[in-house]
Amino acid sequence: MLDELKIFLDPNTQWILFGSMLLGLCSGVIGSFAYLRKQSLMGDALSHAALPGVCIAFMLTGSKSVFFFLIGASIAGIIATFGIGFITRHTRIKQDSALAIVLTVFFGLGIVLLTEIQHSGTGNQSGLDKFLFGQAAALVLSDVLIMAVASIVLISVCILFFKEFKITSFDPGFASGMGFPVAFLEQMIMLLIVMAVVIGIQAVGVVLMSSLLVTPAVSARYWTEKLSVMVFLSGIFGALSGMAGTYISASGNNLPTGPIIVLAATVFFILSIIFAPRRGLLSKLLIHLLAKRSVKTSKVKIKGKERTV
Amino acid sequence: MSAFWIIVTGALVASACGLVGCFLVLRKMAMIGDAISHAVLPGIVIAFLISGSRDSLIMLFGAAIIGLITVFLIQLFTQSGVQSDASIGVVFTALFAVGILLVSLFTRDIDLDLDCVLYGEIAYVPWNTIDFMGIGIGPKAIWGVGLSLLLSVIVISLFYKQFKICSFDPAMAAAVGIPVALFHYLLMGLVSITTVASFESVGAILVVGMLVVPPATAYLLTEKLSRMIFYTIIIGCVSSIIGYYFASILDASIAGCMICVAGAIFILALLFSPSHGVIMRKLKQKQLIHEAV
Amino acid sequence: MNSPLNINDLSVAYQKKPVLRNITFDVPEGKLIGIVGPNGAGKSTLIKAALGLIPRLTGSVEIYGRPYRLQRKIIGYVPQRESVDWDFPTNALDVVMMGRYGHLGWIKRPGRAEKNFAMECLDKVGMADFAARQISQLSGGQQQRIFLARALAQDAKLYFMDEPFVGVDAATEKAIITLLNELKAEGKTVLVVHHDLATVKDYFDWVLLLNIELKAFGPTNIVFTPEKLQETYGGKLAMLENDNQSSLIIT
Repeated sequence: MLDELKIFLDPNTQWILFGSMLLGLCSGVIGSFAYLRKQSLMGDALSHAALPGVCIAFMLTGSKSVFFFLIGASIAGIIATFGIGFITRHTRIKQDSALAIVLTVFFGLGIVLLTEIQHSGTGNQSGLDKFLFGQAAALVLSDVLIMAVASIVLISVCILFFKEFKITSFDPGFASGMGFPVAFLEQMIMLLIVMAVVIGIQAVGVVLMSSLLVTPAVSARYWTEKLSVMVFLSGIFGALSGMAGTYISASGNNLPTGPIIVLAATVFFILSIIFAPRRGLLSKLLIHLLAKRSVKTSKVKIKGKERTV
Repeated sequence: MSAFWIIVTGALVASACGLVGCFLVLRKMAMIGDAISHAVLPGIVIAFLISGSRDSLIMLFGAAIIGLITVFLIQLFTQSGVQSDASIGVVFTALFAVGILLVSLFTRDIDLDLDCVLYGEIAYVPWNTIDFMGIGIGPKAIWGVGLSLLLSVIVISLFYKQFKICSFDPAMAAAVGIPVALFHYLLMGLVSITTVASFESVGAILVVGMLVVPPATAYLLTEKLSRMIFYTIIIGCVSSIIGYYFASILDASIAGCMICVAGAIFILALLFSPSHGVIMRKLKQKQLIHEAV
Repeated sequence: MNSPLNINDLSVAYQKKPVLRNITFDVPEGKLIGIVGPNGAGKSTLIKAALGLIPRLTGSVEIYGRPYRLQRKIIGYVPQRESVDWDFPTNALDVVMMGRYGHLGWIKRPGRAEKNFAMECLDKVGMADFAARQISQLSGGQQQRIFLARALAQDAKLYFMDEPFVGVDAATEKAIITLLNELKAEGKTVLVVHHDLATVKDYFDWVLLLNIELKAFGPTNIVFTPEKLQETYGGKLAMLENDNQSSLIIT
């Protein structure tokens, strides 16, 4: 056991560990709100939408600095959220279609830009690839620092505006009536999702990032009826997935960290769906069996009474 | 590669995807197309590992099966109380993660770049010796897409009424005795087959795009389902043609350009559709104010 | 003295269809006012436009002499029930406390004072025992009472309620109307979108007859007449005369 834990003494692994846990924590927290607002797939859409932003950042600055990529991805993400919001608010197109449209069109644009970059001969775009498709193994101190700062900001905002987010998600009509700027708050939540996506992309890649925004939140939902507990648990599940993922991939041979983190989160999900008290399948089964039994015993009691009478 | 074949393939993909895509959009299942296109990765890998070859037919089969499994799992979770969009998210990301793991575990010796796989959308390209810049296909892919289009046309024409009513009011459909679940899986099966047949040739971005963007555009232009399907196919084909020409001028990704054109047409409809365009509605409101005053 | 609600020449349109046209009225304080009209008459729209939830083409809305935007703290709103996700992780008390969020303003969190006030409101609607119940475990009538309690928690002077009696059992309906009369006794003004013509006379002091245009507005015994109703509902109303009482049937 001690031998295995020695992996964590390796500074490289430590960075990956911190990065993954932070990522899991943030995604879990903001993912809870996304889940309640039926925007679980927003992360998927925004991850894909980031591609043109990253390409343009590269084309403008000519540098493969992660910092500029992050800015490019953020701006693209913000434009994407405005686009999604605009389409849903002003047309009869529903949110799922709006997500899919923005996802593919932005990504298509990104691919076009990517091929242009390839042609312009500014060398390979492997830096771009690594950024977009996730190389948790390549996380270094500076990356983790950026992630830490972003995580602190994200979580602070969620704590500060907890009741505003809560009421906007629960009953936007009423919230509006009370004077809360619902559209602004909704945009803020989406912005935080963008932030989580942008942080996460470099660690686990475009597609797998969406998983961290969805799976821990869904798992947490099974364990509680209080929003605050759900958000907290979701963050914990995310962080634990990050930890488990890092550990397993570090001890295996060259296993990519991203997918394992995702699978760890999925395992938590399956455990939750089965074992959670009250909402879990096992509990429901037990309650069902107990109810059946109590109906039978009361029937027997009635029959017994009838006999004595 | 002959421009003609490329355009024809593009048009076939657009039509095949658009046709089933209309129903996806109306049933608020647009993201299932995206999910299936990601989730089939493990299917393709497993098919490759089992068959040891890159024979497209086997991969098509493997991927189609995984497509149906994906939909089944999504359905399973949704019915046990998970929100539908979250079910989609959990299932497809888990399956995609499995796919990536399989690739890195078993196919490292083959010329499959992990980066390329992580690309996701362009992942399928190395399997098909197609340069991701273009659709360098011979008639074989046309057969694949053409047949899946034919299949969709037949199934949907045969059961048009049922598909229509299941999309609009599943509760009523069930009450009248229509096996809603059956038609759901039938539609999803068609989506899986269409997606896989199409992105073998043109890549997943184009496929998901063609599943959603032209139907959504058509949705803004008409109130009749039949006309929506018709417009979808036209818009899809137009996007393919114009997209191809842009791509050859810019020397860029053909699939990407096709999607960008589809997106541009969508934006035009979004703003200027006579019945639903945002700008048109604002103008009407101004008119009403004038009249009221 | 400013009236609780003054609406002047309000018009709202949806695409090309006018939904409200040149609505003008002035609401007296301390009354229970029913808003009635056929489907599509614009009743919900009127409330939403008054609260600024939907854009209006023309007209002004003043609440106690000032625009609604500045008066949020004295307005209470009970929207129609469907717009909520019942699977949201929140319990009855929590929902009622949300009624205090407007008073708390930004960032400030609800504390003990809010909790106690919310419990009082729950008690007023007879739901104190259900405080810890997750909302999807409540019946329709109970849910409606929770939303009423939430409105009470807003501690407003002017209340807007959108079809609060829809889908509730008789006991709940009685509880709601008792509550509304208590509010009236406290000098508050309540506007209620109502769908059941048979109960208008019993429930409301004043009534507003609406069908895109304002057909009538005034004390119930003066304004709620067969003629005015025919005007409002078009040909859709059948009247059954029975001694001194007339029953209304909407065809």
